[in-house]
Amino acid sequence: MKNKKKIYFDNAATTALDKDILKKMMPYLKDKYGNPSSLHKFGRETSEALDIAHEQVARFLNCKETEVVFTGSASESDNLAIRGLIKSLRRAKRIGEKCNIIISQIEHKAVLETCKDLEKENVKVTYLPVGSDGVVHIDDLEAEINPETDLVSVMYANNETGAVQPIKKIGHLIAKINKNKEHRIYFHTDAAQAANWLDCDVNELGVDLLTLSGHKIYGPKGVGVLYIRDGIPIAPLTTGGDQEWKLRAGTENVAAIVGMGEAISKIASHRPQTARIRSLKDKLIADVLIKVEDSKLNCPKNPENNLPNIANFSFRGVEGEALVLALDQEGIAVSTGSACTSLALLPSHVLIAMGLTEPEAHSSLRVSIGINTTEEEINYFSKILPKTVERLRKISGR
Amino acid sequence: MYNKKVIEHFTKPKFFGKIKNPDIVGHAGNPRCGDLLTLYLKIDKKTRKIKNIKFETLGCAAAIAASDMVCQLAIGKTLEEAAKISFLNVSDELGVLPPLKIHCAQLVTEALRDAINKYLPQ
Repeated sequence: MKNKKKIYFDNAATTALDKDILKKMMPYLKDKYGNPSSLHKFGRETSEALDIAHEQVARFLNCKETEVVFTGSASESDNLAIRGLIKSLRRAKRIGEKCNIIISQIEHKAVLETCKDLEKENVKVTYLPVGSDGVVHIDDLEAEINPETDLVSVMYANNETGAVQPIKKIGHLIAKINKNKEHRIYFHTDAAQAANWLDCDVNELGVDLLTLSGHKIYGPKGVGVLYIRDGIPIAPLTTGGDQEWKLRAGTENVAAIVGMGEAISKIASHRPQTARIRSLKDKLIADVLIKVEDSKLNCPKNPENNLPNIANFSFRGVEGEALVLALDQEGIAVSTGSACTSLALLPSHVLIAMGLTEPEAHSSLRVSIGINTTEEEINYFSKILPKTVERLRKISGR
Repeated sequence: MYNKKVIEHFTKPKFFGKIKNPDIVGHAGNPRCGDLLTLYLKIDKKTRKIKNIKFETLGCAAAIAASDMVCQLAIGKTLEEAAKISFLNVSDELGVLPPLKIHCAQLVTEALRDAINKYLPQ
């Protein structure tokens, strides 16, 4: 009984590559193969393409082209931001003087694991808690900031719950503290999930460093961006040629960078869909909470505090991985924060930080819709989910 | 990640459910790790054979498939024979579980042994 339905509700994991974007990328995978560093015509046509991509991103972020660095992924951007800053600051510090970082407990692994790794190298990391809504409290941050704080990194929106963090408020707070302080605090945000929906003007937000991803915004995989405000000391992690303002050596992935630039400039065209997407998500949430007994919503209820496209639930008596596979057999693609999908067999650190019990985290389901989602798909999901949960509850006897 | 056989036992398990008035019940797992499983057994007093066996498992696809498989392997066997079923037998019968999921096979044999150890000669 193969199901022909194919419903993709995992847009927080990755998005479909936009056909027009692919079309713009194709010449750089075929005829326009010059190395952008070459002086001849072949090189010029690819280096011009890179210039355009830098401009596209700079316009989106309201910054200069020279403040935009293309990387190989959002994870790489996070690494360059955090490790690159620490590397640079260390060179100016006295021997034995520690670097100090504050991050939230719900950061993406690219930030979390990078900081954990740096702890082994004499960096002090403070982990900010979140409320039961998954949002960082600005007061908690203010209490943790001390004269030695070097870097604050808080994600713009969480990838598991869609919880939007008070980045602008944090930016203001840090700017205020920096005014009266010789020792500057730098502020980084990972905006990989937020970019589709939220304003990413770096001056409005007051960030020094900002991460973007290509494949979360209908662009290609294998490309990310790090915005680096002028004058922020970042040491390169990959040394070699002069590419990307000497911050990321290696011949550029021209086609992917072209795709990233196009994806960024297309965001404006799907922003008008935000209200439609949010109302679809609200309908989905209402359907699930009514139709599935003992279900619980794990994301902020206030629309200002959550992304329009991500919903996260827990269903008593059902294990998340089993539910994902059972729904996959019905043609529905979703994901879970259950331990059974992780190598460490630990449930989602995000849900645990929000105060969920381990069984609740094991039974979690993330539904992330996208600009191509239709009401019909929501209806199909709302029809299939209750049956599937019911079937698994019969097997679990719970 | 999973082969056809695992998916088949996960999708259409034959032995799930409760047995009313079971002779023995076995437990394994804990809610922290996400897997919780219970086996219900009916034993023929004379032959000491497992007449009927059912499971209830809160767990991933591998845990559900392994539960179904341990029941399939145990039914009809004497308690002594069933006690010899190892996690490798369960895994092999399922056409090998992914390395990360071997503990699911261990869990189901643990539950079976827990049940067998509780059986008192009457």
